[in-house]
Amino acid sequence: MKYIKQFGIILAVTFAGEVLKYMIPLPVPASIYGLLLLFLLLTFRLVKLEQVKEAGLFLIEIMPLMFIPAAAGLVTSWTQIKGILASLCVMIPLNTCFVMIAAGKVTDYLIERRKKGHE
Amino acid sequence: MNEFFQDSVTAGVVISLISYLIGMEAKKRWKLPILNPLLISIVLVIGFLLIFKVDYNAYNNSAKYLSYLLTPATVSLAIPLYQQMELLKKNVVAICIGILAGVLTSLGSVLALAVLFHLSHEEYVTLLPKSITTAIGMGVSEELGGYVVITTAVIIITGVLGNMIAELMCRVFRIRHAVSRGIAIGTASHAIGTAKAMEMGEVEGAMSSLAIVLSGLCTVVGATVFASFY
Repeated sequence: MKYIKQFGIILAVTFAGEVLKYMIPLPVPASIYGLLLLFLLLTFRLVKLEQVKEAGLFLIEIMPLMFIPAAAGLVTSWTQIKGILASLCVMIPLNTCFVMIAAGKVTDYLIERRKKGHE
Repeated sequence: MNEFFQDSVTAGVVISLISYLIGMEAKKRWKLPILNPLLISIVLVIGFLLIFKVDYNAYNNSAKYLSYLLTPATVSLAIPLYQQMELLKKNVVAICIGILAGVLTSLGSVLALAVLFHLSHEEYVTLLPKSITTAIGMGVSEELGGYVVITTAVIIITGVLGNMIAELMCRVFRIRHAVSRGIAIGTASHAIGTAKAMEMGEVEGAMSSLAIVLSGLCTVVGATVFASFY
């Protein structure tokens, strides 16, 4: 019963996200609206943590599995990728590393600075 | 075999699950960063489909139930984020500026490489949303006139790569705080990277989830501006 209710709440919020996506003409997916909505519901205690916790954490734990079908689907877009494959092979790794370093280092620096400011 | 997959409601899920279990076992046994369970499972599934001549659509006929759970799972990322509320409030400025720095780096480096490789404008805008979550990225690419299929592929490859290198990058480049590690992973490699951040720790996972949302929204605006540069 507990899990039915928890999963039910998560699906209801997901559904509300789909409604928002339908109404707002922006390239923002239902999942992002749902995430923000659930965060607000938790913040304002309209939904309690215990009412979604286990089912939500279960879904998060098995999340890597959910990417396999889409990634295996890369076989179907092979003919289209082939054309710019060389530039992709350089670009994707470089870009991914740069972004990780920039976002991580800037956040690190600002956290350190705030801590020093407090001292 | 193809026909069997076409009719089965579990075959695709079972193949995906077994591949992932093999991936986890391989990682446990050899402990090499290249042996990423997600990468191994993708390679195994693609290999299986090619060897046994199973059509992707036949496989996806049942594997789609795994993808179905992705939206509610993404919604659930609000839970760890809520649990780290205090940490979020305390570091809100650092987090927002860090994500913005990541988004600008992503857009800027796509621009630089587009100039370097003489890409067409269509190819350039196809790659602009490469670091953000698939659903937003597809929308951005479509809006700007890119090739949506390639955008999707590049986003997935970026995510898997981020998932693979996250731990190594944080160590080599000495990203010290758990908050910063999460922000770095989520900004660079969206939900697929976040799956790795979740394994690294609660704080990393929560911050990575937040970075998916904020970097996605920043990129919607940023990509539109950057599209006019080249």
